[in-house]
Order: sequence, then structure tokens, then C-alpha cells
Amino acid sequence: MKRKLEITELIFKIISYTLLTIFALCCLYPFIYAISAAVSNREAVEYSKIILPPIGLQFEAFSEMFNNNMFWNSYANTLFLTLYGTIWSMLSSILGAYALSKKRLLFRKFFNFFLVFTMWFSAGIVPQYLNYIATGKVFAGMGITDDKWLVVIAMGMQAMNIILLRNAFEGVPSEIEEAAIVDGATETQVLTKVYIPMSKSTIATVSLFFAISRWNGYFWARQMISNSNEHPLQVFLRLRLDQYTDPEFLAGWNKVYAPDSVIYALIVCSIIPILIIYPFIQKYFAKGVNVGGVKE
Amino acid sequence: MKVKAADYLLYDQASKTYRVDPEQAVRDDVEKHHWLHVGRTILKDWRLYLMLVPMILIFLFWRYFPMYELLGCFKVDDTVKTVNEQFFAGFSNFRLLLFGGNNPNMSQEFWRAMRNTFLLSFYGLCFGFPMPIILALFFNEVKSNIARSVLQVMTYLPKFMSTVVMTSLVIMLVKQGSSIGVGNMGILSQGLSAIGLVSKNAAQAGLLNNPAFFRTIYQVSGIWETAGYDSIVFFAAIIAISPTSYEAAQIDGANKWAQMRYVVLPSILSTIVIMLITRIGSLLTIGYEKVILLYNTDTYMTADVVSTFSYRYGMAQGGKVGLASAAEMMNNLVGMLLVIGANTIARKAANTSLY
Repeated sequence: MKRKLEITELIFKIISYTLLTIFALCCLYPFIYAISAAVSNREAVEYSKIILPPIGLQFEAFSEMFNNNMFWNSYANTLFLTLYGTIWSMLSSILGAYALSKKRLLFRKFFNFFLVFTMWFSAGIVPQYLNYIATGKVFAGMGITDDKWLVVIAMGMQAMNIILLRNAFEGVPSEIEEAAIVDGATETQVLTKVYIPMSKSTIATVSLFFAISRWNGYFWARQMISNSNEHPLQVFLRLRLDQYTDPEFLAGWNKVYAPDSVIYALIVCSIIPILIIYPFIQKYFAKGVNVGGVKE
Repeated sequence: MKVKAADYLLYDQASKTYRVDPEQAVRDDVEKHHWLHVGRTILKDWRLYLMLVPMILIFLFWRYFPMYELLGCFKVDDTVKTVNEQFFAGFSNFRLLLFGGNNPNMSQEFWRAMRNTFLLSFYGLCFGFPMPIILALFFNEVKSNIARSVLQVMTYLPKFMSTVVMTSLVIMLVKQGSSIGVGNMGILSQGLSAIGLVSKNAAQAGLLNNPAFFRTIYQVSGIWETAGYDSIVFFAAIIAISPTSYEAAQIDGANKWAQMRYVVLPSILSTIVIMLITRIGSLLTIGYEKVILLYNTDTYMTADVVSTFSYRYGMAQGGKVGLASAAEMMNNLVGMLLVIGANTIARKAANTSLY
């Protein structure tokens, strides 16, 4: 009896380890392949000789990217969108979530419903597009002609993130707030000195979600930003991909590296910042995945 | 509260006349006072209400106003006029989409998009949904903390890459071979054709140019992207199970499978139900970004979903805003009914609900 138990457990363990390792390697492989292909020579890439290590090192594909002003432009634009977008989203989310977390707020149920309804029903992309164009005109009338600001202000707000923050604020014991009020703290001081320090990890998680979704944003940036000098990195990458797989463009290709290497180099450049901060932020991930917290 | 004129009047028996009821006036005053009270509370607490303002404005302008624009689905498509100026057309856009009318191709295309939307989500539910649960069960078997962390970090990573990076990698990995030479097809196509999963000709022509492969590519890349990250929530539920439950089951002679069946599964059931509700709720909101980035004219047959359908008619080719809105209206209404339905069923059956 005892022995049989151990055997089923052992088999299950072996299966788990093997399949997990295979899956994890499959997850990672395309990125490693991209790095190898970006620095391999033309023949190796064009005849798909690369399996894992690069063949015939070259760095011209990277330097072609680095010598392209548009590339640095798009990098700066992405940084702009990520920085200001995250600040704006966090500011409005924290303030709103703090107010929603207060039991004394009148019409609290209504405001909560106001948020949650947007998770049930969305207007869809065409009405959203028309709306962005209309608000873009309003912005232009107010003197904000830079499309980037419209993307920063109008996009990337998520009801789920506000609910995460609201739940974190609700978890702060009310005695601490009362003590602060007795000591003469104003509403703003209660928020900045009590609530924000006490829910630091949720705030870090939510800022991370906002920052990553801003960094990765593509569709609306491409639709709304008309000037190609203002395109963020993701749009730049996609446009280059279209260009470098176009047979007409490739007809006269006579460089020492394959056109694919340029695309891979660009992919590597766009994921490097995420790869660098990834080890530091990954401990926060589990925090963000809360279950059943939407209910009021 | 509805106030009738008669409420203010009392019949006086002695003088046989009506007089004003003084108590009603007091009740009235309280009623008025209620709103005064609301006003006073807001004024006294104005900082708190001011904090709500940016959030409310953002949601109003960029979430609720588009819902107003969605009413364009009842208007005739006229490119030069705005929603307000257009002619009210009743349900003609809906009729055109559902039954064809004078343009049967349009309704065929819409139904194709509807079917693709449903099938892509349904396959996602069948193959994409169980994957994170299986991964979490496997992670639970890895007792070494370091090994588990390394494996988890590796599987979470794709979730944080943008859709553009992911789709670019997919496009490059399965791209078509060039007519010159043997090589130049994507490394993945090459591997798949070498082990005989796809024919050499199909791999040479590019898997993304073949409608037969689109759904598979969509699902497999979806699992690659999200399965690892989605397993976090199930794994958290599994490690919350007390070790004594396993011990009790072991004493009763339960082997590994019996433990899975009678200890682990019941403990994570509520998590599974809630994740399932979320999944069903988003059944019809297929990520348009990924489809737009992956599909091409050759694969509309299996790849075109409702949001890309309306994207093409409403934005890319322009013009048919009313038609595009009508398509999205139907899609989103059905989607909302699905969320509410799934939530109600879960509340009744499993006593867990998300909303």
C-alpha cells in the first residue's frame, strides 16, 4: 500500500518537472532565438541555420537601428507616454479609489456601479474612435495640439485597477485614520501620510500594470497619432516589420546582414527595458491577481 | 415620494371645510431638508468629492460618451455628417447585417465574423482555460523553491511583452519561404514541417497565409502569452490548502489521483468558477489588436472577428460608421448578457459570484 502510493507520486512528480521544463523553455525560446538571429550573419539567417547560438557574429543590424533617428525618436515618445501616462492614471485612480473606499461617501453604490458597468459593456472600437476624434478637436480648441497628450489623458484608465486600489484602501484600519484626524490631519494629509504609505505594495503593483500597458500600447497610438515623428516604439516596430517583409523593398538588398536581423534587433531593443526591470518587479505580480474583489 | 394635492388638505368636520394639514408641511420640510442635508454633507466634505472628479470625468468622456456614439447604429451612413445630424434609420443597419437585404455579401461577412468570434473564444475556453490550472497543479509538485521560482519567472515573461512584439515574433517564426533557395522560411515552420505536423508546401507558403492554421496559431500563441501568468491565481489557491487535508486523505488511503479529485479540486473550485465567469464574460471581446496584427486578406475566412469587421468598415476603409456600430452593438449586448448570465448561474449553483 505504502509503496504504491510512492510510485504514483513519483511518476506524477517526474511528469510535472518534465512538462514544466519543456513549457518554460518553449516560453523563453523565441526571445533567445530573436537575440541570436539579430547578431548572426546573412547566410545563417536566410537559410535558417540558427538553432540556438548565433552563427557568424555581426552587429551591423543593431547599428543600422542605432543610426536611425526615427528609432531614438520613437523611444523618446514611448518614454514620454509611459511616464506621463502612468503619473496621470495613478493620480486619478488613487484619488478616485480613496473617495470610493470611504463608507461616508454619498451615492457610493452609484459610483461603484458607474465603474463596474464599464467592465460589462464597452462601446467598441469604432464609437471609441469617433469619440477620440471628437475630443481631440476639443483639445485642439483648448490649444493642446499634440496628439500625445490626448493619448496620455484619454487612454489607459482601467476600472479593475481602481477596484484593486479601493480594496487596498478599505483594508487600512480606520483607527489609524481616526488617530490622524484627532491629531489635526486634513483629508489630503490622511491620504498622503496614512493611506498611501500603508498600501505601498498595491500602489506599486497598479503603477506597474499601468506602466506596462502604456509601454506596450499600440493600436490607439497608431490610430490617434498622425505625425510619424511622434509614433511610439511599438508603432515604429510594426511599420518596420511591414517594410522589411515587403518583397519590393527587399529586392535590392545587398547588406552583410539579413533584413530579418533588423526586425529581430528592433524586437530585442524594445523588450530590453522590460527584461531589465523584470527581476525586480516580478515579486509584485501575484499581488495584482485578486479574485472576486469586484463585489461591493 | 409622490405628493398629491389632497395630502395637504384635511376635512374639518366641525366647520365642514378643508384646511391645510400642518403635519404634511413638516413632512415636506423634512423631505426638502434631506436634499439640503445632501448638499451640506457634500459642501462640508468637498475635498472627498473633489477627489472623485478626475476619475468620473475620464470615465464619462472616454467610456460613456462612446456609448452615446454607439447610437450611430440607428443612423444612415453618411460620411459628411456627424451622429447628431444624421438621419434616423431605425433598424435598417441591423436588418442589413442580419438578413442581407439588398447586399447579401454584407450579411454573409457579418455572420462569418460572428462565427469566428464565437469559435475563437470557444476554443480559447476549451484549450486556453484549463492550461493555467494544469500548470498550477504541476507547480505545486515542484517542492524546491528555487527551481519553482525559475520556472515561474520563465513562464510569466511573455505576458509582459507587447502584442506587437509577440505577433512580430509569431510572424517571423512562421513566415513564408522565399522562392529562391531552400531556406528562409520561419524556424518554427521549418521544425513543424521536419517532424511532419504540417506539409512542406503549406510551410513554404507561410502558415499565416493559410486560413486553416489561423485558429491554431491564435490559440497556441495565446497559451504561450498568458498561461504562465494566469496560473498564479490557481497556484495561490492550491498552496492555501492546509497540509492536514492531504494527510487526512493519505491516512484514508487516497493515492495521488484521489487526492487531486477529493482534496485539491474542491478547494480551488470557487477560484475556477470565478475565473470561468470572467472568461465567459469576455467571450465575445476577442482582442482586436492581436487579430488585426496577425490576419491578412488571405485569412479573413477564419480570422475576421466582429471588432475587426467593424474596424474595416468603420475606420480603415471608412464611411460605414452606422453599420460598424450596429455590428459592435449586437456583439457587446450579447457579451453583457453572457457576463450577467454566467454570474447569476454561478451565484445560484456554486454560491460564488464576481459582481
